[in-house]
Amino acid sequence: MSLNKPYTDVPGTTIFDADQSRKGYHLNQFCMSLMKAENRERFRADERAYLDEWPMTEEQKQAVLARDLNRCLELGGNIYFLAKLGATDGRSFQYMAASMTGMTQEEYAAMMLAGGRSIEGNRRTGEKQS
Amino acid sequence: MNQTHARISASVYTSHVPAIGAAIDLGKTGNDYWAPLFKGYEPSKQWMKDNRPDVIFLVYNDHATAFSLEMIPTFAIGCAAQFNPADEGWGARPVPPVIGHPELAAHIAQSVIQQDFDLTIVNKMDVDHGLTVPLSLLCGQPEAWPCPVIPFAVNVVQYPVPSGRRCFELGRAIRRAIESYDEPLNVHIWGTGGMSHQLQGPRAGLINREFDQNFLDRLIADPDGLSRMPHIDYVREAGSEGIELVMWLIARGAMADVAGGPAPRVAHRFYHVPASNTAVGHLILEEQS
Repeated sequence: MSLNKPYTDVPGTTIFDADQSRKGYHLNQFCMSLMKAENRERFRADERAYLDEWPMTEEQKQAVLARDLNRCLELGGNIYFLAKLGATDGRSFQYMAASMTGMTQEEYAAMMLAGGRSIEGNRRTGEKQS
Repeated sequence: MNQTHARISASVYTSHVPAIGAAIDLGKTGNDYWAPLFKGYEPSKQWMKDNRPDVIFLVYNDHATAFSLEMIPTFAIGCAAQFNPADEGWGARPVPPVIGHPELAAHIAQSVIQQDFDLTIVNKMDVDHGLTVPLSLLCGQPEAWPCPVIPFAVNVVQYPVPSGRRCFELGRAIRRAIESYDEPLNVHIWGTGGMSHQLQGPRAGLINREFDQNFLDRLIADPDGLSRMPHIDYVREAGSEGIELVMWLIARGAMADVAGGPAPRVAHRFYHVPASNTAVGHLILEEQS
């Protein structure tokens, strides 16, 4: 029996469930390794070589190299793990969040100051924006 | 007063946004962006001074810090004598080490496990912003935290996460455990995380004030009903990381009214948007003796 997933119609959202976790295991564990300063240095020195030490798929490695966080999520990444990649790059979390929404950091920050993204029109895929 | 056993005197609820910790550590609490938020915690800091507990039982979640994907305990109780602030990728926060209470923690573990909740016992663990930001918000920047803290980590990172109902029932069990500890300790139970926020994907930045305010209302007046809300409602209405709010139900379940006693008094309530990507909610409930 497969997992019951009532959350697949929530727009713009990837729930980190067991299927995603299995798919992203090595991607996330790679991110976890960046909590150590010496690993951060080795990764910065040669990203590709460091990634090649991990049994990740080529797609996952490309997504990391491109810092394409939405693609990383799709391929099993989890945001709390991916945050360590952003920290390694010296990026704020808000920068990372903005990068997933197609907004600039300034636009995203302005949206948050104005009260954040509205729930209206964002509950279900295909729902009409009000 | 002829207290012979430990008792819970209050529960505290607060978001634990990492940017709040950074603002405190970098001395930015007075700037235009942060001042309104920290103003909302001024009464809480005074309240902490006036109502200093002997122990804080602090419910939080680990953010892929102490627990990677190698092991994912649903409920983990920290039984060590000390927990150090973790390096989450930027270096450890410059805050005091967290002193535990191994005797009370071991007692709670035994009592709660014997009440059929399968806790993971943790004897070595660093603690991340989920635990240290609430302490900073309520205690400021002391040389040492005001009292021992028992860290209680809940998995809200990988699904399945525990239901609100399970968390609420666990809170009830924790109350029974604390009340059966034969030392007259004054214990606070804190539930942290939330409120509405989504940190990932194209829907990142979601905030739902109406949901949040309703959650606070129901947490005060109808915790039993609130605990029956299914996961999907949190995800859809409060964002994928809004699910952290289930942890508040552990603290709420430990209050006297849930065990047939008097309703708690609302000592403080505060709500603010935004802190970085997140809505911040805060509540202090005092037991009425």
